[in-house]
Amino acid sequence: MEEIKKVVLEYVTEEYLEDEDDELTAETPLISGGIVDSFSMVSLKRFLENKYNISIPDEQATPEAFDTVDKIAVLIQGFLK
Amino acid sequence: MSHIGSYEERVKEFDWSLSETELDYKDGDVLNIGWYCTDRICKMGKADKTALIWEGLGGQEKRYTYNDIRVASNTIGSFLRGLGIKNEDRVCLFMDKIPELYFGFLGILKIGAIAQPLFSAFGDESLLVRLSNAETTAIVTQRKHVSKVRKIIDQMPYVKHVIVVDYDGKKPLREREIAFSLEEAAPVDEFEIYPTKAESPSVLHYTSGTTGQPKGVKHVHYSLISQYLTAKWVLDLQEDDIYWCTADPGWVTGTSYGIIGAFSLGVTQCVMDVGFSAEAWYKFIEKHKVTVWYSAPTAIRSLMKCGDEPVKKYDLSCLRHLASVGEPLNAEAVIWSERVFGKAFLDTYWQTETGSMMITNFPGMKIKPGSMGKAFPGITAVVLDTETYEPITEPGKVGLIGFKPGWPAMMREYWRNEETYKSKFINGWYIPGDRSSIDNEGYFWFTGRDDDVINTGGHLVSPFEVESALLEHEAVAESAVVAKPDEVNMEVVKAFVTLNAGFEASTDLELKIMNFIRKKLSPLAMPQEIEYVNTLPKTRSGKIMRRLLHAKEWGEEIGDTSTLEDDE
Repeated sequence: MEEIKKVVLEYVTEEYLEDEDDELTAETPLISGGIVDSFSMVSLKRFLENKYNISIPDEQATPEAFDTVDKIAVLIQGFLK
Repeated sequence: MSHIGSYEERVKEFDWSLSETELDYKDGDVLNIGWYCTDRICKMGKADKTALIWEGLGGQEKRYTYNDIRVASNTIGSFLRGLGIKNEDRVCLFMDKIPELYFGFLGILKIGAIAQPLFSAFGDESLLVRLSNAETTAIVTQRKHVSKVRKIIDQMPYVKHVIVVDYDGKKPLREREIAFSLEEAAPVDEFEIYPTKAESPSVLHYTSGTTGQPKGVKHVHYSLISQYLTAKWVLDLQEDDIYWCTADPGWVTGTSYGIIGAFSLGVTQCVMDVGFSAEAWYKFIEKHKVTVWYSAPTAIRSLMKCGDEPVKKYDLSCLRHLASVGEPLNAEAVIWSERVFGKAFLDTYWQTETGSMMITNFPGMKIKPGSMGKAFPGITAVVLDTETYEPITEPGKVGLIGFKPGWPAMMREYWRNEETYKSKFINGWYIPGDRSSIDNEGYFWFTGRDDDVINTGGHLVSPFEVESALLEHEAVAESAVVAKPDEVNMEVVKAFVTLNAGFEASTDLELKIMNFIRKKLSPLAMPQEIEYVNTLPKTRSGKIMRRLLHAKEWGEEIGDTSTLEDDE
C-alpha cells in the first residue's frame, strides 16, 4: 500500500501540481481541491491502469474515489488482490 | 410573480430602451460596467448589502458587501493605472475563481482598459496564442500560475507587467513581475472612473473555430443593456435571491452572468472555488440557501450520474429557479432535475459572440424538455436554408440558426480579424454556426454544430489547434482530431495519429501524448482517446477528411467518398 502511495504521489506531483512550492501529501484533496479536474482525471486513470496493468471501470473512477492519494491507493489495492 | 410576466406581452411591447430606462442610461451618456456593478448599487442605498459570498477549499469563506466590491475594484483599478495601464490596453486575468478575479475584472473596466479573462487551466501554448493576438499589456495572476507565464514571457515583449496577487515573498520575483495584495493595499474610496461610452471596448473573450487560431471576441460597455435585462427576465433575479452561477469567468458565461448580470441588478451571488463533487455542491446550496442556480449540462449530467441519494442528504428546498447553458440540455436531464429538485433546469442558448442569452426557456413558460425555448424579446431568430440563407417557414425542418444583428451585447469585432468577422454575416443574418429546427409553436430544437468544432463540457475546442499541437510531439507524424460522443460531456476530443519512424504504438505513448496536450493547451483539449492508424483518410489533394473519422465515431453514414485518396 505504501509503495502505491509513493508512486501515485510522485506522479501527481510531477504531472499535475502547478505551484512547485505547494506540498502534496497523501491526504491532499486532488479533485475537490482543484489540482486534478474532471478532464485530467482521464489521464490519471490511464496512468494507474498502465502502471498496475488493471482496468478501472468508469463507475469506480469517481471524483470521490480519486480525491486523495490515500483513496486512490485503496482503490488500486482492491484490484491487485 | 416572475419579472418577465407574460412572454407574449413582452415580445409585443419590447424595446431595448426599457433596459436603458431601468439603468438610467441615455444615448450619449458615460456608460461604464464597473460603475454600474458597484458604485450605482451603493448609490441606490445597497452599499451594505452582501454582493459576494466566496468559498474556497476547506470551507474557507469570505463575504463582501457592495461597498466592499466598489472599494476593491477601485483599489485594483488604481494600482493598474499607477503602473501606466491606460484605456483600451488589454489586461489579462489568469486566475482561479478567487475574489481578486471578480474585483480585478471590474477594476479593469473602471480604468477603461479591456478585460481579457483566460481560463486558468490553459497551458502555456494556449496562453501564448491568445496573449500574442491581443498584444496584452498586463497579466494579473496567482503564484501557482506564474510558472506557465514564465515559460512564454520572453516571446511577449508587449507584456509590461505580470501582477501576482498572492505573492508570499518566498522566492524572488523576476523581471516584469510585481506583487499586489488587495488585503494590504490602501483602500481607494474615491476613484475617477474612466468615462467610457456605449461603444468603448470592455471585454475580450477568446473562442475557438474549426480552422485558424482562436478569435478574440470584442465586446463593448453597451453589452450591459442586454446582460442586465436577460439576467432579470430569464434568470429572474430578484432582490432577495442568492444566486449561484457555476461558470468560470475565463469563459463568457462567467463574466456576462457570473459578474455583470447579477451585480448590475444588485443581487447577492455566491462563488465556489473548489473542484466538482456532487455532495460539495449540494452542501454549498444548502449552506448558502441558494435560490437561483445557473449551471451547465455537463455538471447536471455529472450530478445525475451520482444518483438521487446524495440529493436526499441535503435540504435543497431553497432552490427557486434553475437554468442551464453551454451545450444542449438533454430531455433526461430536464426531467431528472424536476424530479429530484422539484424544479426543471431551463435551457438557455447563446454563445461568446452574442454576449447575452438569445433563445431561452422563460419562467412560467410551458417547457418542452430538450428544446432550447424561444427567442428573447427583441431578438429576431430564425433557421435558414443552408443554400439560399432565406428563413425556413416549414415547422420541423432543420436549417442554420440566424439572428438579425442589432442587439446590445453583440460582439463588435473579432480582434484584428475583420475577414472572419465579416464571414459570420450572410444575407443580413448573423450565423452562430449551429443547426436547429423550429416547431409549430415557435420552440427551437438544437440538432448540432455546422462545423468541426468540438463542444466538450460546454467549451469549444478547435480540432485545428489540437492537431497542430499534436504535431509538435516527437512521435506524431500526422494527426486528425474529431469529437467523440460522451455521456457526461456531450463530446470529448479524440485524436487519430500516425507515428514517426522509430516510435511504436503503446498505451504508455498514448498517455505521454495526452499529457503533452494537457499541459500545452488545456485539460479540455487533451484527447481522451488516441487511436493509432497507419494512414489518415485524405482527399486526392491531400486534405485530411475529418468528416469520415467523425462519422465513424458517431456511427453515421460516411457519405460521398469519391474524393478519397485511398479508401482502404
